[in-house]
Amino acid sequence: METINFMITGVGGQGTILASDILSAVGLAAGYDVKKSDILGLAVRGGAVMSHIRWGEKVHSPIIPEGRADYLLAFEILEGLRHLHQVQEAGHALINQQQIHPVTVSSGLTDYPDPAAADEALKSAVEHVYHVPGLQIAQEIGNPKVLNVALLGALSALLPVEASVWETVIAERVPERFKSLNTQAFRNGRTWMENNLQL
Amino acid sequence: MKQKKALMSGNEAIARGAYEYGVQVATGYPGTPSSEILEHVAKYEEIYAEWSVNEKVAMDAAIGAAYAGKRTMVAMKSVGMNVAADSFFYAVYTGVRGGLVIVSADDPGMFSSQNEQDNRQYGRFAKMPVLEPADSQEMKDFMGVALDLSEEWETPVLLRTVMRISHSASPVELGERRPDPGPTPPFKRDPHRLVCTCVWARDSHPVIEDRIRRLGAFANTCPINRLEWGDRDLGIVTSGAVYNYAREIFPEASFLKLGMSYPLPPALIRELADGVAQLLVIEELDPFFEEQIKAMGIDCRGKDVFPMVGELTPAVIEKYAAEAGLLPPEAVKGALPSGARQIAVPELPGRSPILCPGCPHRSTFYTLGNKMKDVIVTGGIGCYNLGALPPYNATDTMGAMGASIGVTHGLDIADIPDRFLAVIGDSSFFHAGIPALLNIVHNRGKGKVAILDNRTTAMTGHQDHPGNDFTLMGEKTRPVDIEQLVRACGVDQVYTVDAFDVKAVQQTYQEALDYDGPAVVIVEGPCFFVGPGASGAYAVDSDTCIACGICLRLGCPAIYRSEQIFEKTGKRKSAIDPVLCTGCDMCAQVCPQGAIHPIEDVESEE
Repeated sequence: METINFMITGVGGQGTILASDILSAVGLAAGYDVKKSDILGLAVRGGAVMSHIRWGEKVHSPIIPEGRADYLLAFEILEGLRHLHQVQEAGHALINQQQIHPVTVSSGLTDYPDPAAADEALKSAVEHVYHVPGLQIAQEIGNPKVLNVALLGALSALLPVEASVWETVIAERVPERFKSLNTQAFRNGRTWMENNLQL
Repeated sequence: MKQKKALMSGNEAIARGAYEYGVQVATGYPGTPSSEILEHVAKYEEIYAEWSVNEKVAMDAAIGAAYAGKRTMVAMKSVGMNVAADSFFYAVYTGVRGGLVIVSADDPGMFSSQNEQDNRQYGRFAKMPVLEPADSQEMKDFMGVALDLSEEWETPVLLRTVMRISHSASPVELGERRPDPGPTPPFKRDPHRLVCTCVWARDSHPVIEDRIRRLGAFANTCPINRLEWGDRDLGIVTSGAVYNYAREIFPEASFLKLGMSYPLPPALIRELADGVAQLLVIEELDPFFEEQIKAMGIDCRGKDVFPMVGELTPAVIEKYAAEAGLLPPEAVKGALPSGARQIAVPELPGRSPILCPGCPHRSTFYTLGNKMKDVIVTGGIGCYNLGALPPYNATDTMGAMGASIGVTHGLDIADIPDRFLAVIGDSSFFHAGIPALLNIVHNRGKGKVAILDNRTTAMTGHQDHPGNDFTLMGEKTRPVDIEQLVRACGVDQVYTVDAFDVKAVQQTYQEALDYDGPAVVIVEGPCFFVGPGASGAYAVDSDTCIACGICLRLGCPAIYRSEQIFEKTGKRKSAIDPVLCTGCDMCAQVCPQGAIHPIEDVESEE
């Protein structure tokens, strides 16, 4: 059983921690040893957040060795680019198509990375790049807060774990009244990736 | 029967350990990365849990409960141990009856702390045993080991974790809670032991020296110290989080994995050293093991290979081990500069923390950073420390909880020619500000203090404090009135002002700074996350906006430069993100053009 390394990056408030919880619990439910590590930062909103999640037969370190992430799940483009060097060349980068401008950008002091240059960097760094319209999928369902589960749905289509395992774990981890919304987000994210893989 | 397994963060697992191993009393003060421990403990109704007013009070309360025979835990972050130090030093002398476990969550890498202290040193300094778990299962298990050790050896035990274990998650096997011992018996008096007066404490000192020496011998057989024999070329002494990284990087090596990192097990260290060609110590921060091992006359490598600063992440260990010839360069892939992935990423702007939209502190730092730049501002720990960062650049000093008031008094007695102001949060004021304020009054100082009362301990995740009307266990309590408290400290010149009235905040600071004597300004406004919530977003009327950029000086994440250009200057006009905006109104107040209004007013005009 090869160890599978996942890195989740994003901005505080986007729901990355719940995503890392679910991804870890799915690994455990699928029979892997699991470790994860969250960099939470401060309670204030808007800081950069990052999680490492590792599935394997026996995982010692909760941190992924330098440059050896298999999957990067970036909730925000800039935070994806920031950690691109952590992904293996043969790895997968799932980039949610959302820009959240840091204050240095919004106040006009610096510029957000140019989309063309960002694309070029992604293509040259990682073999499999997916521009996931996660926010759009979530908004179509009617709640931008399910972005995290929609992105996990997209990721799930690349992994050897049954969808039913994912859906059970998700149902356990979200509040009762949001269950069906999250299940829908998961399925739509997964379908998006399945269609994308067939292209 | 197969035991139930759950994925738990380290902090959650410590709380689980407290539950299963019969802790009855838990105290603490919030601080990253320790805060979630007590929040999880509070979910177990069998355990009394409280946020104490500061770490020293938490420690004294825990010691009292342990004197009364209760199994007790006290939790804090690394620097919290400094506040509590006066108390756990005496508790080592008096000893305890019920088990007393002190949990210290250290912060190698300084993700959210003012220094990078290594609290294993407190074990040697205070002469108490230190345990270091390496994952969530050990966090739970070691809580039980620590309680047993504490009761058997009648000493407080330090359980030292780090951010990487506290905030990492791994599977934990769940067990039952051990039966509660029943009602607390009457207090057993023993002044010769529990009264640390010098004449009696002198009798205690040889006892604790003897105890720590015997604990060293015990460490040789303590099951949480583990020799793992592998290849005989390299033997590694390590502990805690670093053990996990080292195990992966050196899968073939022999290991001494120390679960008890003080006192050290001399026989086990000698056994490993004698059994391998080369002994290597891999430890984060201080050369705590290395110095003691070398003092035993055993040759080893350690800080000549690895840095004394920052986290020893897998990447760091690989890099320095390869440079020292302990790993073949081809084994470390991306960790060496020569092997790092060359990716043409465009220049990326940073994303540093910033006051949230709707934050009541914004008016203070906008004022100090723009209207009162001459004022020397002393600060402390909390969200209000973000006043030191752009765009405010307002704060001049920041060192510790409550330090702002003492430091500003120091500026006063040093007779600096500048105006000066101490800034402190409500929770910090209760924690360590009150004695410093009394000191100003008593010593005829003229210090000015701004208490930014946002009604919560915000930075660490909104924990309760004495100003609140509820406790950690969700019980109603009497809230302490800050103004009355300040007046009782002897300050006569007390102002209260609405944090969301920018002009009033500025005027009040002006008045207070002009006053010839000590003065306190209480800036009242709840943290957005404990307040009434958003009140409708605002928008910029782009026809009126002249792109002057004054609203941007508020440093609000909701305000940004739009693509619309003000033709006269060629500058980009401001706009407001309606999703982030909470409707706090501050930007509307500072806009010189009156261009910012509630969104429905702006849209109806268009």
